[in-house]
Amino acid sequence: MKIKNTLIASIVGAASLVGTMASADALRVGVEGAYPPFSQKEADGSLSGFDIDIALALCEELNRECELVEQEWDGMIPALVAKKYDAIVASMSITEDRKKRVDFSEKYYFTPSRFIAKEGASFDMTPEGTKGVKIGVLRGTTLQCHVEKTFPEADLRLYNTQEDVFADLVTGRLDMQLNNTLGALDGFLNTDQGKGFAFYGPDVDDAECLGEGTGIAVRKGDPLAGELTAAIAAIRADGTYATINDKYFDVDIYGK
Amino acid sequence: MENERSFLEYLQSFSETRSPIDFILIYDNLGRFFDGALVTLQLTFLALLVGGLIAVPLAIARAYRKPVISPAIRIYTYVFCGTPLLVQVYLFYFGLGQFKAVQDSFLWDPILSSPWWCVIIAFTLNTAAYTTEFLRGAIEATPHGEVEAAKACGMSPFTRMRLVVLPNAFRRALPAYSNEVIFTLHGSVIASTVTLQDLLGVGRWLNGRYYLAYEGFLTAMVFYMAIVFLITFAFRLAEKRFLGHLRPRETPAPGAARVAA
Repeated sequence: MKIKNTLIASIVGAASLVGTMASADALRVGVEGAYPPFSQKEADGSLSGFDIDIALALCEELNRECELVEQEWDGMIPALVAKKYDAIVASMSITEDRKKRVDFSEKYYFTPSRFIAKEGASFDMTPEGTKGVKIGVLRGTTLQCHVEKTFPEADLRLYNTQEDVFADLVTGRLDMQLNNTLGALDGFLNTDQGKGFAFYGPDVDDAECLGEGTGIAVRKGDPLAGELTAAIAAIRADGTYATINDKYFDVDIYGK
Repeated sequence: MENERSFLEYLQSFSETRSPIDFILIYDNLGRFFDGALVTLQLTFLALLVGGLIAVPLAIARAYRKPVISPAIRIYTYVFCGTPLLVQVYLFYFGLGQFKAVQDSFLWDPILSSPWWCVIIAFTLNTAAYTTEFLRGAIEATPHGEVEAAKACGMSPFTRMRLVVLPNAFRRALPAYSNEVIFTLHGSVIASTVTLQDLLGVGRWLNGRYYLAYEGFLTAMVFYMAIVFLITFAFRLAEKRFLGHLRPRETPAPGAARVAA
């Protein structure tokens, strides 16, 4: 009997603890943590990066507490739909395919994507010419869509994190990789690891796959999308965006 | 033909209206799942075959406590049984690739640069370690009388091993080995973390490509279940054949017969 009471007490205790943790007005934001300089993990386990700072600034603008939830990239949208968090601030491009599953705010930045290969390497960038060329991208990205559509014969390799893609480009397991130019510069080309590598070819032009900029995803029909769009405009206007932008980049990445 | 079409139409309308799962998408990509199943089976059974062949001499050396060799093998099995398979695969794939010397060595180009080889090496060493240990147990459990009888028949140590000790050890190890086969199959999902398109890899591809949560995993799950079903069925047949002498007799006990009469 006594044991039973203790048990009930501890269950009630645990339940109330969970209750306080998920306070009603906290905004749970899904972030990734392996996509420098947009989001990365510091040695002490804390998160930092452009996406993280933007998420925190938006929460402040909305007057809501921010709860950052880490999620690996390929489960990002499913976890949002499953209500593990309410919004995704993780450099997610706004595309038609994704709009079938989620709603987006207006863009909060736009950067083009480019291939990276060994300096001096040369490829025939046609569907036939890329047959067997080992191209690495992050799984479940717009870039996967682009490579599968444009170079169906290529040896496309899908990775769990962008850091793994860079690691395999260095070891020579990949002939080239494709990702966002800013991520590529700060996460790879401007680091020691990226010595001897360079952009290959022009910016990728594929609006169907690559979308129209990077937005914040929310569940279908959630009015949060509109609130976030207003909050983005507000931090653009009051200079918060510029401060965060300058912390990471030399140019304004908001785009036109 | 007519039948197939109406089934597809039914599936389409069911997927679009009532079902939370998009069956049409799964149906359209079934070919990829069969390719993935082939990769999974190839990895699993190649690792089991080679690992099993390695395990036999190692288990014998362990069971007969060969000096130096036996402790060395124990260290190997301890490391590979005591660490997660995922870590072992990462060590071979990402770890070894970090060293310039490895990248320049003759092993790099056809072997260590390929995810397939890294995975097969890690899987093989892993299953060999487990198999060594339980096969050692099975060899050590050989009844002393069997060995003495073989000696009395004038069998050489090699013949004794070949005709008496090993066949019976294999029999005793059979139930444990069916678990090892299924564990290896389950462990093979790790291949998808280093870019191989195995069953789970295809499932993740589908989820990633169409931003889904269930379809890819559910389909992969059904495939895994079918494979496990076939494996357990095969082992049940094998146990019936090789462990038949351990089953209770089917003739009624004398007492039962009397009651019936």
